[in-house]
Amino acid sequence: MPGKLKAKIVAGRHLPVMDRASDLTDAFVEVKFGNTTFKTDVCPKSLNPQWNSEWFKFEVDDEDLQDEPLQITVLDHDTYSANDAIGKVYIDIDPLLYSEAASVISGWFPIYDTIHGIRGEINVIVKVELFNDLNRFRQSSCGVKFFCTTCIPQCYRATLVHGFVEELVVNEDPEYQWIDRIRTPRASNEARQRLISLMSGELQRKIGLKVLEMGGNAVVGYLQCFDLEGESGLVVRAIGTACTLDKLSSGSAPNTNTHMHPNTAPASNACNSPSKDGKEPVFVEDLPSSSGPPTPFRALPTSSSPPPFSPSKPCSRQSSSSDTDLSLTPKTEEPHSVRCRPGIFLCPSSPILSTDTLSLPGSGSVGCGRGSNPRATTSAPLSSIQSDSALLRKSVSFTEDLLLAASGMGSGGSAGKEAGPLRTLLRQQTQTALEQRGASSSGLLLNAREFPFFTLTSFPPGFLLHVGGVVSARSVKLLDRIHNPALGNTRSYKLLDWNSVTADEPETRDAWWEEIRQEIKSHARALGCHAVVGYSESTSICEEVCILSASGTAAILNPRYMREGCLDIGCTDHRFEEPSPPNCGFCHIPYDELNMPFPAQLTYCYHCRRQKVPDVLFTTIDLPSEAAVAGKGCLIQARLCRLKKKAQGEANATAISNLLPFMEYELHTQLMNKLKLRSMNALFGLHIQISVGENMLLGLASATGVYLTALPAPGGIQIAGKTPGDLSSEHISSIQKRINDTIAVNKELYQINPPELAEEGVGSPIPEPRHRSRLFRSHSESSDELSELDLSHGKKDAFVLEIDDTDAVEDIHSLLIDAPPPTGFYSCNTENMPGISNWTSGVQMFTSVRVLRLSNANLTNQGLNKIFTDLCENLLKSFYFKLRSMIPCCLCHLNFTVAVPEEELIQVTVTAVAMTYDKEQTQEKTAEKPVNKGSLEAEEQLQFPLELCADSSSSNIQTASKISGVGESTNISPRVSSLERCSPLQEGRSRSLRSSRSFGGSSVTVVKMTPLSFLSGTRIIKYLGIINMFFIRETTSLREEGGVSGFLHSFIAEVFAMVRAHVAALGGNAVVSYSMKECVFMENPNKNQAQCLINVSGDAVICISETDQESSASTANTGQTGGGGTDGAT
Amino acid sequence: MSVELDVFVGNTTIMDEEVYQLWLDGHTVNDAVKVRMEGGVMDECEASKDVLLSDTMDQYRTFQMCERLLHSPAKLANQLLFQIPPHRQIMLIERCSRDALIQLTHLFQRSHNSLFLYLFVKPPPLCYVSSHGNLFFVSLSLFRYYAFDDTFVREVLGKKLSKGTKKDLDDISAKTNVTLKSCRRQFDNFKRVFKVVEELKGPLVENIRQHFLLSDKLARDYAAIVFFANNRFETGKRKLQYLSFQDFAFCAGQLISNWTVGAVDNMVEDMDVDLDKEFLQELKELKILITDKDLLDQHKSLVCTALRGKTKVFIEMENNFKNLSRGLINIAAKLTNTKDVRDFFIDLVEKFIEPCRSDRWTAADMKLYLTHYTNSAHILDTFKHQVVWDRYMGVVKSCIFKMYHD
Repeated sequence: MPGKLKAKIVAGRHLPVMDRASDLTDAFVEVKFGNTTFKTDVCPKSLNPQWNSEWFKFEVDDEDLQDEPLQITVLDHDTYSANDAIGKVYIDIDPLLYSEAASVISGWFPIYDTIHGIRGEINVIVKVELFNDLNRFRQSSCGVKFFCTTCIPQCYRATLVHGFVEELVVNEDPEYQWIDRIRTPRASNEARQRLISLMSGELQRKIGLKVLEMGGNAVVGYLQCFDLEGESGLVVRAIGTACTLDKLSSGSAPNTNTHMHPNTAPASNACNSPSKDGKEPVFVEDLPSSSGPPTPFRALPTSSSPPPFSPSKPCSRQSSSSDTDLSLTPKTEEPHSVRCRPGIFLCPSSPILSTDTLSLPGSGSVGCGRGSNPRATTSAPLSSIQSDSALLRKSVSFTEDLLLAASGMGSGGSAGKEAGPLRTLLRQQTQTALEQRGASSSGLLLNAREFPFFTLTSFPPGFLLHVGGVVSARSVKLLDRIHNPALGNTRSYKLLDWNSVTADEPETRDAWWEEIRQEIKSHARALGCHAVVGYSESTSICEEVCILSASGTAAILNPRYMREGCLDIGCTDHRFEEPSPPNCGFCHIPYDELNMPFPAQLTYCYHCRRQKVPDVLFTTIDLPSEAAVAGKGCLIQARLCRLKKKAQGEANATAISNLLPFMEYELHTQLMNKLKLRSMNALFGLHIQISVGENMLLGLASATGVYLTALPAPGGIQIAGKTPGDLSSEHISSIQKRINDTIAVNKELYQINPPELAEEGVGSPIPEPRHRSRLFRSHSESSDELSELDLSHGKKDAFVLEIDDTDAVEDIHSLLIDAPPPTGFYSCNTENMPGISNWTSGVQMFTSVRVLRLSNANLTNQGLNKIFTDLCENLLKSFYFKLRSMIPCCLCHLNFTVAVPEEELIQVTVTAVAMTYDKEQTQEKTAEKPVNKGSLEAEEQLQFPLELCADSSSSNIQTASKISGVGESTNISPRVSSLERCSPLQEGRSRSLRSSRSFGGSSVTVVKMTPLSFLSGTRIIKYLGIINMFFIRETTSLREEGGVSGFLHSFIAEVFAMVRAHVAALGGNAVVSYSMKECVFMENPNKNQAQCLINVSGDAVICISETDQESSASTANTGQTGGGGTDGAT
Repeated sequence: MSVELDVFVGNTTIMDEEVYQLWLDGHTVNDAVKVRMEGGVMDECEASKDVLLSDTMDQYRTFQMCERLLHSPAKLANQLLFQIPPHRQIMLIERCSRDALIQLTHLFQRSHNSLFLYLFVKPPPLCYVSSHGNLFFVSLSLFRYYAFDDTFVREVLGKKLSKGTKKDLDDISAKTNVTLKSCRRQFDNFKRVFKVVEELKGPLVENIRQHFLLSDKLARDYAAIVFFANNRFETGKRKLQYLSFQDFAFCAGQLISNWTVGAVDNMVEDMDVDLDKEFLQELKELKILITDKDLLDQHKSLVCTALRGKTKVFIEMENNFKNLSRGLINIAAKLTNTKDVRDFFIDLVEKFIEPCRSDRWTAADMKLYLTHYTNSAHILDTFKHQVVWDRYMGVVKSCIFKMYHD
């Protein structure tokens, strides 16, 4: 009996009136965990009941603790008829299962009903007593920390990065079960919410097990997604990066966490025990069936440089003997200095065998069973022609490696002229295919288990050595089910025979993803990289067709941080013997110059002059903090619509497969053009989403453009008629002028003044003084300088756009349509805005959803493109307008999601955060000074002497200040005590007045939310656990709730409120790395109905103000009169 | 091609003050967009009309969602649905009226870079704490939400807050130039406050202030409205048209604090929207001042002695004394009838104010006269009802002072 869960129901407030006659409610509460249910007494005739229940105790397995949520149902007692449900609260108790996180969950939770939304609040206290489970075969993974954050979390240090973890679980969707025909929508929705909550818990537990096997204690960059496959079921899948994290003592070194150095890590910390009770970390070596590093082939260097690891150590590790203990891992790190830079791919002398003999302890359970069959060794289909694979019945597979060539496409000046874009594309494809074939023929089959993927997007300095470029893979699959009308619109057609399908479902989904990952891996190898960073996976489903996508950035990582064997480090290359400077090193090409996987224009690095760099760089990661950048970054989007014929089944899949490469190509061209138009040379945070609808495909690529000073200055864009005299040369020259003007304007706008390069001989390796890059910042922008620059890009190799027909003209026009953000605004889709670092404390996270109905059925591709582009542009304009009070500010982490929920509907969902920054300091980026001067001043003006008169208030102040204050004691007891003092009230004529008084004391904690991993102006001192919530809302009175907009508006607001309440109950005051994973909206206005599903996730944290010292001093001054001030200062 | 759905939700709720006011004033979304466009907001951020429309709709939706909470402001103290950013508070503070600031006893303390606010509502000592000044915002917006147009309230003052009256709102709207929507909101506010305080014991103003978190001033105004509606005072007659709502509100305040049950004993269980029946009964005793010939003459001579030489209208005062005194005493004596209570103000005007005005009394004359008139009664040795007299005249005096203007 490894765990005891205790829950106490304290009180409710603002309950809805359930009894029309008395205008009151007789409420009671059911508390359910697993199959055990407890009930409170009925609190008669009150809208603000005080239950003050006993502690309900559940004795359960820790496995259940991880899987199950605590279910709290508030009901209205009815003597004669069935009790009416008021609403529910699901509490994920996972945060209580690891030692460093929350110790108690206590607070007011909104009572949520899928039909009515939030209906009052309930005060609950939850605690867990966890006993040790030393059973090595245990199924639980309590103690493994999860982070949505895609970087090493603040206040932690990564001692080891173990690598990729993934898992998926499959279930049938309750909405498509036969029982759904007879049960109420509410019951159906609740079944779905509960199931997904359960599946998420199970998934997390299984991932945790894998992490423990790997020897890690945390998952960073945890990305969980749902695939609502309709009748073929519901897939919950997750990927993440297993790490061993060390907690930094928060007091001593607050800000060094990002500058950590592995060699300084104390060895004893390296394998931090995941749970407080001295639970031994479950090591790979301890397990009888080891999934340990199958890497005997790894350390066979062929180069002259010393091998990165001494061969004895991997051997001892392999032997799974008792001497491989805690100290082993750090030992391997120690001897390696910066010089080791292994990283070659396709080395024929290091044959890698596929060892797929893994049987996890947890693999036997439902839904994730993994056989040890060698299916993974069948390599992915290699091109779009070769679409079939014998193993997958009814599946059409398309793969394309266009973006593999991302960094090469930009140099297409010559390629475009000679061969035309399509031929370039084909050439690249065949080239990759050849390489792959070559690879497989030489026995280079990779171990399917070991994907060297990292979901992280930003890394500690020194971690990332070289970046190759974006690798992506897509595959079109048929969900092998009978035809099923669009999800959710109708509740018919649901009689299904489940027995026939569910059996092999997970295998199929697993195999699909494995195929994709294989392909990604091989692309990365083709780029000379041994790892993929910034890796993510996504799906788009329309009826029975499903597009699986994965993308990441091929990279070479520093092996010091790696668990051995998680990368295929064959041999070191002579090119990398010399350490490259940190601010340009990652730009240097990892692939072989003579054997390039695609045509690219290489030049010597403009920074160090020693190594080659490509002319443009596309990546999915964040801009490394040490990178040298000129000017500011900006959001660059490529948008594309493609019509497609309606079709069914395989024909449909084939049609989509055929369209995909053209879409990718066009998106890529758009990105490239827009990048050049902004006079930038690199893209970060690239995310390409292709969404499938019944009659169209939508493509949206977002990235943050930036000028890397290490890369050559981008050439301009040159317009050329296909045949001279085809179009009037005057017309062409006017377009050319507009383009040149735009480039000049953009240069000024984004303050791109790269250092002047004296030497034109690009190839000459003249080492540049390092500080040279700083010069540009002091440059004043004089107009003649600008014109000079303007000329210069004319001289350089220009990117040529051909105008051969009217379409091309349209394209160019659309290029120029993108309006720059208004003065005072910047935008990016990455964690950090290149060129801005002095954030002030203003933070506004928002979600916006817009759905467009295309009334005109006879739209052309061009027309659609225009509509789609306008939709995105107008959204941005709306944001700028709404947030104008925050100027100067930057919209960060702009995350656009497109969907085609129905025929003729386009849905765009955006989540982002607006952050204010200090304008003065941006221009002269001097040393970091304490920021947010202005806002502080403004607030200081509002300081009045503090005075307290009511005792109830003081406890609240304590709570409030504790939460925002230093979090060493984050007990929520004051809040509770103030509540417990409240005696049950007499109901009567004075009811309303009294009740209002009794509420006077309680306060609402402010919870900030941000999609970023940090909150400006604050320091995170504690991670309280992952927030992963799933809500369904349905209405049958759409008009009454203010139409679709009113319905969704209140639903999103409610979701925010629930997230905030859960975070506050954990004792937190912020959510970082917040994201809205899913926002599926369906409507049927004729029936006055709508339904929406939202999935949100993030990390609950306690953060304190960076100016804490300062502010506590000032509060001491101002708060002389009362106790609150001193509380705040502690 | 049409926008089917368009929402923008911030973690911290964005509220535009200008749009809030437009919403309160009952403008439609399109009107509001027009007003904003004329206000030049478009230039601020290169916005287009579509952007403005989308923003206005979002704001309107937010306000509509807020409205539910605004109806029972007690919930606002700990509502979870909206989070209001601190800089908005600052903006609101800067732009709200000084009066509101004075009325609110609010204290700020900045702690850990976040704004805390303490709002005290007394008595009894009650402290609303809200980090980020959540409640404070709410209080300010409540002023707005519960604010009303004097012209509108003047029209419905003393009317029954019933469906019937609500039906006439379109006429009132046309007459007062307040949009129908705004009229409805104001009317519903009156009704809501009325309904809630009807059931509460204790002092009326205090109840309103606590339950609806209103400022003292606004709470008093609402108390007046409730009081007038409850007693159905006639205010609509042509002769009363020259009186403003504030005149009546003052009188109501006088009546509430002196003539209701709560005025004598605030521990009493009864409401103080009703007049003290016992007192009204006792008022009949005052008739002796006009029925007893000796007493009347004695009173007159006392007053005249005191006034002689102090005013230009002495002759008129002397001549009119008996008439005026009869007027005031008769009003007092009749107050046991509900019908006559309703006519209290019209009677005051007809029986006292109009005669004085036709004799061209100045306000100072009026003051002088009434002071001596009241005080002289104390010297009459046969007049035993001093307490009732004071209680009656105290209110009548101050009401007449307030009402004696053009």
